[in-house]
Amino acid sequence: MADALTVDIVAPDHTVWSGTASRVIAPSVEGEIGLLANHEPVLSILKAGTVKVTSESGRQEFPVTGGFVSFDHNTITIVADSVVTDED
Amino acid sequence: MGGQQRVYRQRIRSTQSLKKIFRAMELIAASRIGKARDRVTAAGPYSHAITRAISAVATHSKVDHPLTSERTDTDRVAVLVITADRGMAGAYSANVLRETERLTERLTKRGKTVVPYGLGRRAVGYFKFRKRELGGEWTGESDSPTFDTAKEVANELYRAFRAPVEEGGVSELRIVYTHFSSMVSQEPRVIRLLPLAVVEGVAEPGDDVEPLYEFEPGAEEVLDALLPRYIESRINACMLQAAASELANRQRAMNTAVSNAEDIIRQYTRLANSARQAEITQEISEIVSGADALGAS
Repeated sequence: MADALTVDIVAPDHTVWSGTASRVIAPSVEGEIGLLANHEPVLSILKAGTVKVTSESGRQEFPVTGGFVSFDHNTITIVADSVVTDED
Repeated sequence: MGGQQRVYRQRIRSTQSLKKIFRAMELIAASRIGKARDRVTAAGPYSHAITRAISAVATHSKVDHPLTSERTDTDRVAVLVITADRGMAGAYSANVLRETERLTERLTKRGKTVVPYGLGRRAVGYFKFRKRELGGEWTGESDSPTFDTAKEVANELYRAFRAPVEEGGVSELRIVYTHFSSMVSQEPRVIRLLPLAVVEGVAEPGDDVEPLYEFEPGAEEVLDALLPRYIESRINACMLQAAASELANRQRAMNTAVSNAEDIIRQYTRLANSARQAEITQEISEIVSGADALGAS
C-alpha cells in the first residue's frame, strides 16, 4: 500500500477521528461511495448512514446523520452534521 | 457599643458576604472559561472544512446562488446582537450594544432599516425597553451555547434572508459579537455574513494543479447543502467566541469587585477602630474628671 489516505472526520463541536486509512466508504446521496488513494477529487453530500474507515488498526464505523465528504490530494474530510459515537 | 461602631460593623459584615459572592462568581467564571475556550478550538476544524469546501465549489463551478448575490428589493438589514444573559460581566454587554448603536447609525445614514435580532437576555431587554421591534430573540444559554441554538438562529436568519419583502425579508445580515483574542483582550466586532462576499481563509487557487472536482449530485446542490451549514457554523463560532469573552469579562469584573470589597472592608475597619478608640477616650476622661470632681469636694 503505497498511498495512505489522510482522514479527518469532524462534527460541529469536535473532531471525531483523524488518522490515516487505506479505504473509506461513505453514504453519498447517490449511493455508497468508496474512496481509495488517488481517487479523483470529489465533493459529495452525504445522507444518513455509516462511514466505514479501513485503517491499519482495523475497521471502524461512524454512524452519521448527514453532511458531506470532500476528497482531494488523498485527503478526505468528512464533515458530519452529527456523529453517534460509542462513548456517548 | 456605641451606635457609630455598630453601623460600621454592620457594613463590614455585609461587604464581607458580598465579597464571598464575588469570589465565588470569579471562580465559577474561571473554571468555565477553559471549557469555553476548548469549545472554540474544537469547532475550528468543522468550520475550516466547510470553508474549504465552499471555496472549492466557488472556484470550480460557475454557480450563482441567491445567498451570494445582493438583494436590492428591500433595505432592511438584520443585525444579530450577541450579549450575555446576566450582568456582572463589567462592560461586556454594554460594549456590544454600543457597537450595535454605532452600526445602526451607520446603516441608517445609508438609508437602511435595521431589524435587530437579540441573542442573550441583555440584548433582548435593551431593545424591548426602547420599544424597538426584535426580529427574533433567543435567551438562556449565553455562556454555554449549544449547536442546536446556533442552528435555530441560523435557520431563522436564513429564512428571513430568503423571504419575500412582504414577509419581512432582509437584504443583509450582520452579526455583532465579542471576539475573543486572548484572556485579557476581547473586543466587539461586526461581521457581514450575508450576502456572502469573500470566503475567508481560502488558499488562492492557481499555483498548484487545480483538482477538477466532481460534484455529487451537482455543483448547485452541493452549494445548496453547504451554505446553510456554513452559516450555522459561522454563527456557532460567533456564539462560542462571545461565550468565552463573556466568561473572561465576568472573571475580570468579579476580580475587581473582590478587591474593591477588600478596600471597603479595610476602610470601615479603620473607621470602626477609631470610633471605638474615641469612645474609650471619652469614657476615661469622664471617669477621670468625675474622680477629680469628687477629690476636689
